[in-house]
Amino acid sequence: MTLAITDLKVTIGGKDILRGVDLSLQEGRVHGLAGESGSGKTMTGLAVLGLLPHGARATGSIALGGRELLTLANKELNQVRGGEVAMVFQDPATSLHPMLTIGRQLTEHMRHHLGVGKKEARARAVELLGKVRIPGAQEAYGRFPHQFSGGMRQRIAIAIALACSPKVLIADEPTTALDVTVQAGVLRLLRGLCDELGLAVLLVTHDLGVMSAVADEVSVMKDGLVVESGPRGQVLREPAHPYTRSLLASLPDTATTTDTATTTDLPAATDTAAGLPGTVTDEGVR
Amino acid sequence: MPEKDVAVAAVPRPARRRRGVPPLARFLIRRILMALLLAWGITLVTFVLTNLVPGDPVAANLGQRALGDPAIVAQWRTEHGLDKPLWEQYALHLGGVVQGDLGMSQQSHRPVAEDLAEYVPATLELAGVAIAISLVLGVAFGVVAALRRDRLADHVLRVLSLVGISVPTFWLALVAFYVFFFRLQITPGSGRVDPALGAPPGVTGLQTVDALLAGRWDIFTSAVGHLITPALVLALYTIGLLTRFTRSAVLEVLGQDYVRAARAKGLPGRVILFRYVLRSALVPIITVAGLAFGSLLSGTVLVEAIFAWPGIGQYAYKSATSLDLPAVMGVGLVVGVVYLAINLIVDVLYGVIDPRVRLQ
Ligand SMILES: Nc1ncnc2c1ncn2[C@@H]1O[C@H](COP(=O)(O)OP(=O)(O)OP(=O)(O)O)[C@@H](O)[C@H]1O
Ligand SMILES: [Mg+2]
Repeated sequence: MTLAITDLKVTIGGKDILRGVDLSLQEGRVHGLAGESGSGKTMTGLAVLGLLPHGARATGSIALGGRELLTLANKELNQVRGGEVAMVFQDPATSLHPMLTIGRQLTEHMRHHLGVGKKEARARAVELLGKVRIPGAQEAYGRFPHQFSGGMRQRIAIAIALACSPKVLIADEPTTALDVTVQAGVLRLLRGLCDELGLAVLLVTHDLGVMSAVADEVSVMKDGLVVESGPRGQVLREPAHPYTRSLLASLPDTATTTDTATTTDLPAATDTAAGLPGTVTDEGVR
Repeated sequence: MPEKDVAVAAVPRPARRRRGVPPLARFLIRRILMALLLAWGITLVTFVLTNLVPGDPVAANLGQRALGDPAIVAQWRTEHGLDKPLWEQYALHLGGVVQGDLGMSQQSHRPVAEDLAEYVPATLELAGVAIAISLVLGVAFGVVAALRRDRLADHVLRVLSLVGISVPTFWLALVAFYVFFFRLQITPGSGRVDPALGAPPGVTGLQTVDALLAGRWDIFTSAVGHLITPALVLALYTIGLLTRFTRSAVLEVLGQDYVRAARAKGLPGRVILFRYVLRSALVPIITVAGLAFGSLLSGTVLVEAIFAWPGIGQYAYKSATSLDLPAVMGVGLVVGVVYLAINLIVDVLYGVIDPRVRLQ
């Protein structure tokens, strides 16, 4: 078990945001996290990094390879952030600093965490840019975020997240802000990196189509609780919780077959993703 | 399955380049050409405005008896080029300006350029120090207030900045002069240095710098002592304004996604503050600073009067009341060029800080 979240409760200003979340991530596996807006998906991710909003109180346990993160001092937590657990945010248009070069944003935490020199960091950054398939990695290094398209920016954000070889990657709706045409590429990249690097990935998404194509495990959240969790096939084919059933039923392609949601969902769900991640299987890309 | 999206979105939009000139240089050249054009506009405007002034420079400069003699009047007018058509006068004026010749002052009977060379450095020294003080203190206070949001330091700084913004400069100048000089006697009185010491040999016209260049430590301390009170008085408004704007700019940037992303990378707080937060916050700060420095310059006229600071405000007052047109035009030109310089600096800083501006 790479990351184990048990009974995580978060309150902000007396309001219960998370009410006992249990989740576990394993290396080389993508754990999909679905659920309606406001159910606490983002807060779960932020809690792992200790980046909850001001005034938030968290109890329970977040264990990273046996180490408890919730009680870690800020200085040690800073070692974990970016170094062992990295995060990719929803909108690459706002999560990259508009006035700093790609190279700078790729290398500064590398140099800080890994203590590598300028030259070495640069070489590694260029290699990473190639790995996330940014064409012309050498030139891209000196460019600014606004000179890239949305899909490219999200690839860059992924490269930044991977720069210090973290064990865990939290991707908070990494494709929601992107064009439909580039979503598949980014997802395929994530899946491939997960397999290649043995990353434990928490993939937050609204899109059950995305989920069915990329995730190994699926959890569904509602009102600060995980209401359903299990292997992808099981959760999407035989949802136990009524809320999951209604989520599946609300997929556009299943609108005509609402009554049979329990059995015929999976193929329909895959179609929703417009066949994008069609080649993505449990074995990953290529 | 081919990576279609990659193929489509692959090529990053290249920065436009022409004839191999780097973008920053091209940006600078464009801005400087623009500033030159505006400078020409300023000569035109000062000339036209000055000549629109109702009032006869002849009457203001010749005595009663001379005015009664048409020959003397005519000669005076010819001497000062006032008999030529207006456009020709402007052409002569412009030709002179380009060569650094601003005509003769009718009051001091010296070239205006010489007069300005004497008065302008005094104002530049005063305003420059005031600007430096307000930038350093205003930004520092604003950052502290933002980082300590809703805590004691924030409340104290907010009250102070409100005071700075609302207290009128001339009142503050009077009070400061009275309290520190007459009452407490901890600051020297009017002027730029202790007259007993005399001015340092003029190199730059900035007496603090000249004193240091001459190795005269005693003159330097005296000059700083004379400078500090009027400069602080002048700076107070700008400090208040910059504190306020810096606070809100920093707070806004702190809430940005890229700051949270930087935290998620585990960067130390000071790196995030200086590299991620301040850089973005500087854009609105610079905008406000540019505007505030304009108003600081007009504040110098009052402060110079109260502290008997021999600067351009004093000179402008003397020339205007005696309808000394060449001198008035000279002052207008200098003030216009200073505003222009401030704007140019602000524009260039935008480009330096924000690649989106310089790469368009
Ligand atoms: N700064 C905050 N202060 C107080 N409550 C907050 C704050 N940020 C979020 N919340 C609340 O926390 C709850 C969970 O929010 P969260 O962002 O985790 O939802 P989510 O599942 O990620 O939703 P979405 O799909 O819209 O991203 C919501 O009810 C939200 O109102
Ligand atoms: Mg969210």
